[in-house]
Amino acid sequence: MALSGIQIYKLLPQTNCKECGFPTCLAFAMKLAAKQVELSACPYVTEESIALLAESSAPPIRLVSLKSDGYETKAGNEVVLFRHEKTFYNKPGLFVKVVDTESPEAIKAKISAADRYVVNYVGIELTVDGFAIEAASGDPEKFSAAVKLAREASKRPLILVSRDPSIISAGLKALEAGESALIHGADKSNWEVMAALAQEHKAALAVISTDLETSADLTEKIRGKGVEDLAIDPDTTGLGAMLTFNTIARRMALKKNFKPLGFPIIVFPKDLVAATQAISKYAGFVVIDDFKPDEVYPLLVLRQNIYTDPQKPIQVQPGVYEINNPNSEAPVLVTTNFSITYFSVANEVEGSGLPAWLMVCDAEGMSVLTAWAAGKFDAERIAKSVKGSDLASKVSPKRVVLPGHVAVLSGELEEELPGWDVRVGPREAVDIPKFLKEAL
Amino acid sequence: MPIEIPKDKWPGSVRQVVLGATAAEGGTRTSKVVVGGETCMPFMHFEGAIPNRPVVALEIRDRRPDDWSPLLVKTWENVIDDPAAWAKAAEEVGADAIQLTLSLTDSAGQPMSPETAVATVKAVLQASGLPLIVFGPGQSEVDNLLLVAVAEATKGERLALGICEDKNYRTIVATAMANDHVITARSPMDVNLAKQLNILISDMGLPLDRVIMDPTTGALGYGIEYGYSVMERLRLAALQGDAMTQLPMLVTPGYEAWKTKESKVGEGVPESWGDWLQRAINWETMTAIALLEAGANILVLRHPESLKQVEAAIQDLMTAPDMVSV
Ligand code: B12
Ligand code: SF4
Repeated sequence: MALSGIQIYKLLPQTNCKECGFPTCLAFAMKLAAKQVELSACPYVTEESIALLAESSAPPIRLVSLKSDGYETKAGNEVVLFRHEKTFYNKPGLFVKVVDTESPEAIKAKISAADRYVVNYVGIELTVDGFAIEAASGDPEKFSAAVKLAREASKRPLILVSRDPSIISAGLKALEAGESALIHGADKSNWEVMAALAQEHKAALAVISTDLETSADLTEKIRGKGVEDLAIDPDTTGLGAMLTFNTIARRMALKKNFKPLGFPIIVFPKDLVAATQAISKYAGFVVIDDFKPDEVYPLLVLRQNIYTDPQKPIQVQPGVYEINNPNSEAPVLVTTNFSITYFSVANEVEGSGLPAWLMVCDAEGMSVLTAWAAGKFDAERIAKSVKGSDLASKVSPKRVVLPGHVAVLSGELEEELPGWDVRVGPREAVDIPKFLKEAL
Repeated sequence: MPIEIPKDKWPGSVRQVVLGATAAEGGTRTSKVVVGGETCMPFMHFEGAIPNRPVVALEIRDRRPDDWSPLLVKTWENVIDDPAAWAKAAEEVGADAIQLTLSLTDSAGQPMSPETAVATVKAVLQASGLPLIVFGPGQSEVDNLLLVAVAEATKGERLALGICEDKNYRTIVATAMANDHVITARSPMDVNLAKQLNILISDMGLPLDRVIMDPTTGALGYGIEYGYSVMERLRLAALQGDAMTQLPMLVTPGYEAWKTKESKVGEGVPESWGDWLQRAINWETMTAIALLEAGANILVLRHPESLKQVEAAIQDLMTAPDMVSV
C-alpha cells in the first residue's frame, strides 16, 4: 500500500529549501502521495529514503513473469482478497508436471499432448501455460536431458523442480537463451546457492516452507542477494493448511504491505479438489501431476470464471449471425448477447449442421431469464431487433423461434411482428438440434 | 522473522439451524444435522469458531426423472423408480441428509396429488433416518398445495421445506410454523433480495433459526462466479453484524452442474472435453468445492462419487491446520 503524505514527509530532508518548486517539504510530500510529481525533483533526499519510497510504491504482490520463446505467464499484482471488491487480475498459470525418471517417450508424449491442447470456452481458446520438470532421478544429466526433451516438445515456460543446486544448474543450462524459468526451489539449507543460480540465469525462484515465518525469512535473505522475482510455496497438500497459508500471505501483503510475503504463491495440489481450491484461493502458479482433459477443461473454465471482472459480463456483439450458410428457408432463432448464452446456442446450431439465422438481441450482456426478469429481453425489444435487421426481406416463410424459457412472450411477439410465425423452442440449447430437425 | 497475523475481529455470527428431529424431540429421525454457528469466514479456524461442519445432501426424486443425464440414471438405475429405496441408497453412500424433489406429475403422468406426495415423503422417512429436505416442483401454486399437505402429515419431523420465494413464501412459512419445520428461502443471486426475503419471513413470526437461505447459484462455466461472489458478500455481511443475512446457506450444485451440456452429453462434443463420466463428476465436484469455500453450509449433490470427494474435502478443511506461526 502506498504511503500517506505524512509518512513520505518523514522521509524528506524537512528543510523547506523550496528547490523542488514547492514552498515546504510537506507540500511536496502531499504531491508525491498523489503521484503528481517525481521524487527526483528534490535533490536532497537520501539514498535510504529513495529505496524506502520506491518500495512503498511497488505493488503489494510482486508481478512475476515467466517467459520463453513467444510465451509469457504472469502472476501477482493482485489487489483484493475477494473478487467482488474489484477483480482478480492475473490468472494463475496452469503447469503440467513431468518427472525425469519417466521414459523419454513418455515425457515427450505427455508434454506434446498438453502443449497442443486447446479448448474453446465462450469463444476463448484456453490452453495450459507450461510444464514443471521434476528431478526424481537425482542425476543432473538425466534432468538436463528431460529439460531438453521438454524444449523439443514445447516452447512454453518451464518450472524446474529440485532442491539440489547441482541438478538445477544442469537444468538451467539446458534452457534456451533469453528465457526466464522458475526454480523450485529454495529452502533453509540451499537458498544461498539457489539465489546465485537464479541471479546468474535471470530465473525466478520459489521458496518452500510450511510456515510463513520461514518463508518470509527466506524471501528477505534472497532479496538481499538481489533476486526479486520470487514465489512462495506453502509446501502442503492439505486443503486446510493451504487455504490458511494462502489467505494469511495474501492478507499480510495487501493489508499490511508486508513485502516478505508479497509474492505469487505456487502450489502443487494433490488432486483436482486441491487444484480447484488453489485457483479460487490465491495461487499464482498451479502445478498438476496429470494431464487429463476431463480435469484440465473444468480447471481452465473455473479460472476464467473466477478471474472475470465482476463489473463486466462477457458479451458478444448484438446482430444477426449466419450459421451454416442459411438460405431464405432457414428459421430465425432469437437469443441474448450474454456470451455464455450466445455460445451455448451457436455451438448447438453449428453442430446440428442445419442452417439458421441467429438474431442476437442487445440484452446488456444478460442471460435469457436474467434479461427477461430485468426487462431487457421482452417482445418489444425482440421485435425491434428483428425489424432493425433486413431479415424480413431475406426469409420466407418468416419463422422466428423463441427460447423455451421465455415461452410467455410468444403471444405478445405475434402482435409485435405481424406476418411472422412465432415458434417456441426448447428450454435448453442441447435440445436445439433435435428441434431443428423435427419441429421445423 | 516473527509475523503478526492480521486477524479479522467479527462482531456477528451465523445462526445455528437444526434439521431433523429424533424420537426424543418428537420426530423419527435417527440423526440430525446442525449447520451454521460460525464466527469467521469459511475455514479460517485461526480467527473464529466453526462449531458445525458443512454437510452434503443427496437429491432424490419421487419418480424416475425425465430430464436427468443418462449417467445419473445409470448410477441410480436400481432404485430410481422407488424413492424409498433411493433414499436408503443415498444414506448408504454417505449422505448427511436427503433432498427429495417432488415432480409436477406422478409416475402415471397424472398431476401430482397431495396424497401421493405425502405417501412418498412418508415412505422416504420410513426408509431412511436422515434429516429430509423436501422441495416442491417449482410452480408456486402446486408447491403450496403439496408442501402444506406434506408439512401437516409430518408434523414434528423438522423437515426443511422449499423452495420459498418472494412470490409464495407466505403459505410455506405458515405451514412450517404450524408444524415445526424449517424452510429454505431462495432469492435470485442478490444480497439485497436475500435480505428482503428473510425480513418478510421473519415478519411473519417464524424464528430465523428455522430459516436456511438459498442464494441461488450457477454451474461452473454457467454463471458460478456470480453465485460465488454473492455468497462471499452475504457471509461477510453476516459477520459484520447484519442480522438478516446471518443464516446458513444451502446451494444446489448438483442440480446446476448436471444440467450443463458437459454433464449431459457424451457424443459429438469436442475431444478436448475428455472422458464424459469423469468430466461430469468433476463438473459437479468442482462447482461444489468452489461454493463450499464461498460459505455454503449445505450442498445438495446428485452423484455418489462427487459426494465422496466433497465429504473428504470438508473433513480436511474442518481440521484446524497445525501451523507453527498461526
Ligand atoms: C447468473 C445469474 C444472474 C447474474 C447475471 C448474469 C448475466 N450476465 O446474465 C446476476 C447476478 C447479475 C443476475 C441478476 C438478476 N437475476 Co439472475 N440468474 C442468474 C442464474 C444463476 C444463471 C443464469 C445464466 O447465466 N444461465 C446460463 C445461460 C447460458 O442460460 P440462458 O441464457 O438461459 O441460455 C440457455 C437457454 O435459455 C437456451 N437458449 C438461449 N437462447 C436460446 C434461443 C433459442 C432459440 C433456444 C431454443 C434456446 C435458447 O440455451 C442456453 C443453454 O441451455 C439464473 C438461475 C439459474 N441457475 O439458471 C438466475 C435467474 C435467471 N435470475 C433471476 C432474476 C430474477 C434476476 C434479477 C432480476 C434479480 C435482481 N437482482 O433483481 C437480476 C436481474 C439483473 C438486473 N436487474 O440487472 C431469475 C429469473 C426468474 C424468472 N424465472 O424469471 C433466475 C432464474 C433465478 C431464480 N430462480 O429466481 N442473475
Ligand atoms: S527540495 Fe526537497 S528538501 Fe527542499 S523543500 Fe523540496 S522536498 Fe524539501
